Amino acid sequence: MFGNFQPASVEYLRFLPEILLSAFGIIIMMLEAVSKGKRTYLGVIALIGIAAAFAANAWAYFNGGPAFQNMILIDGYGAFFRGLVLVVGFLCILAAFSYLEREHAQTGEYYALILFSLVGQCILSTSTDLIMVFIGLEISSIATYILAGFLRDDTRNNESALKYFLLGSFATAFLLYGIAWIYGLTGSTNLEEIRRGLTQGTQPLVLIGLAAALLFVGFAFKVSVAPFQVWTPDVYQGAAAPVTAFLSAGPKAAAFAIFFRVFLTSFRPFSDRWLPLVWGCALATMIIGNFAALLQTNIKRLLGYSSIAHAGYVMIAFTAASQIGTAAAMFYLASYALMNIGAFAIISHIAGRNERHVKLEDLAGLGRREPVISALLAVFVFSLIGVPLTGGFFGKFYVFQAALNSHLVWLTVLGLINSAIAAYYYLKILLAVYMQEPATIAQESLPAPAPSLLVAIWASAIGTLFLGIFPSAVLSFASLSAAPFR
Amino acid sequence: MLPPVPLSWYLVLSVILFALGVAGFLYRKSVITVFMSIELMLNAVNLSFVSFSYELKRVDGHIYSFFVMVVAAAEAAVGLAIILTVFKNRGTLQIDEVDSMKL
Repeated sequence: MFGNFQPASVEYLRFLPEILLSAFGIIIMMLEAVSKGKRTYLGVIALIGIAAAFAANAWAYFNGGPAFQNMILIDGYGAFFRGLVLVVGFLCILAAFSYLEREHAQTGEYYALILFSLVGQCILSTSTDLIMVFIGLEISSIATYILAGFLRDDTRNNESALKYFLLGSFATAFLLYGIAWIYGLTGSTNLEEIRRGLTQGTQPLVLIGLAAALLFVGFAFKVSVAPFQVWTPDVYQGAAAPVTAFLSAGPKAAAFAIFFRVFLTSFRPFSDRWLPLVWGCALATMIIGNFAALLQTNIKRLLGYSSIAHAGYVMIAFTAASQIGTAAAMFYLASYALMNIGAFAIISHIAGRNERHVKLEDLAGLGRREPVISALLAVFVFSLIGVPLTGGFFGKFYVFQAALNSHLVWLTVLGLINSAIAAYYYLKILLAVYMQEPATIAQESLPAPAPSLLVAIWASAIGTLFLGIFPSAVLSFASLSAAPFR
Repeated sequence: MLPPVPLSWYLVLSVILFALGVAGFLYRKSVITVFMSIELMLNAVNLSFVSFSYELKRVDGHIYSFFVMVVAAAEAAVGLAIILTVFKNRGTLQIDEVDSMKL
């Protein structure tokens, strides 16, 4: 089977985004060591690296195919998620410039870590082998553990990093044990070969189920699906706002990408057995996320719970287990990434030095003080609710449509009820911004947002509205590339 | 000569090790011990990789166990650094006391 160890040059080119990101990350680390004074230019180098990787990804898509003994596969699905996480990384670096300046943490490591984490997420999006899944997941996770605790003198950052690290590695161990058992049962770690091995073989069904369950636990932790969501609010609340934006969009999208790919490829023949479980997880995730969010007063924690609820909607699309379900999930994750980054970027601006103002009441009177920022925040909040003309609306619309197509009437009804409940706490944000008078007399006035931050916010807003007004461009690409998963 | 140890013994041992790791993770109160429990789980994984690989007469499982070791080393480096900063700022490593973020 290992006839020719020398990969063809086209295989390296298909892997070029990861190579470019790693190279730029290493260059930034080296420049960091020798540079004195302002480090902002390192961020610019990182942006160039991501842009180059994006171009390489587009090239790889048009010259798609497998690489490295079927370890990775560049298809539309992989290229879509690779592009998505690269956009997420780009926006999160843009949003971080002024934040890091304000917190006196302007160092090259932030940019290098984002790039390294993106390498892992790119590998995750395209891998078709469980060992690559493990390696991609770990490259992505280890970098994000550090990012979560990036402001190392801040106790909230410390706690966030510790919890993320402990629970993340715990989840990885489960995933890995699942991989080991699948390897033992089928003699392979390639997703297609596992499928073949499982359908033809005579392995005891109990062991297959246990191995699949271990994999499920590992993935469910990473995408924060109930009952494995406990770490999410703490980590999102404690980490620095631009990092939270990144965590809630990039690693989550990549983990969902591989979650779908593994279960809808390798374990598709047994889907009758595990789909009821996914059904229950989807429902529990939505309910826990939405009801816990109702009680929150800290905006970052509120959005943490809201991110759990959104994972629940994606799980509805998972339960549909069809081509349009997968396409709906792709669209949903893209629109969710944009609106969430926008919201967190605005919060990182409003929060002020040391993130002191992250309570709902700190938003009071913002509409009068900062009309433009408030209007943009309203766009993101409306998108999170799922109001028409925003990406969030079509995301939910396609998810529920896919669910109905797969005859999941009850799940659709419960999902709709849930999104109505969610509107309540999202509207609380807007209520504070536009209707409430500031409680304290002299709220310190915010400095004007930095141009880089404004670019990130505007780009997210335009992206959100674009997905809401012209969804068909992205959706048709998504449904085309979701073809292997039905 | 003794008969060879059957595969199932190794697998049972690996299951026991993994379960001990999970139990340690859930019930221990010191961050360091919790972290050691995770390492124990990874060792259980390695044991099953190697024994499956031996049983299947294939070499890739052995290589995977090296991957796991390398990743575990990277994880340990990052994890201990995180634990160190927590200790520096709080002066404690008891899990219950590193819990300031609630409602």
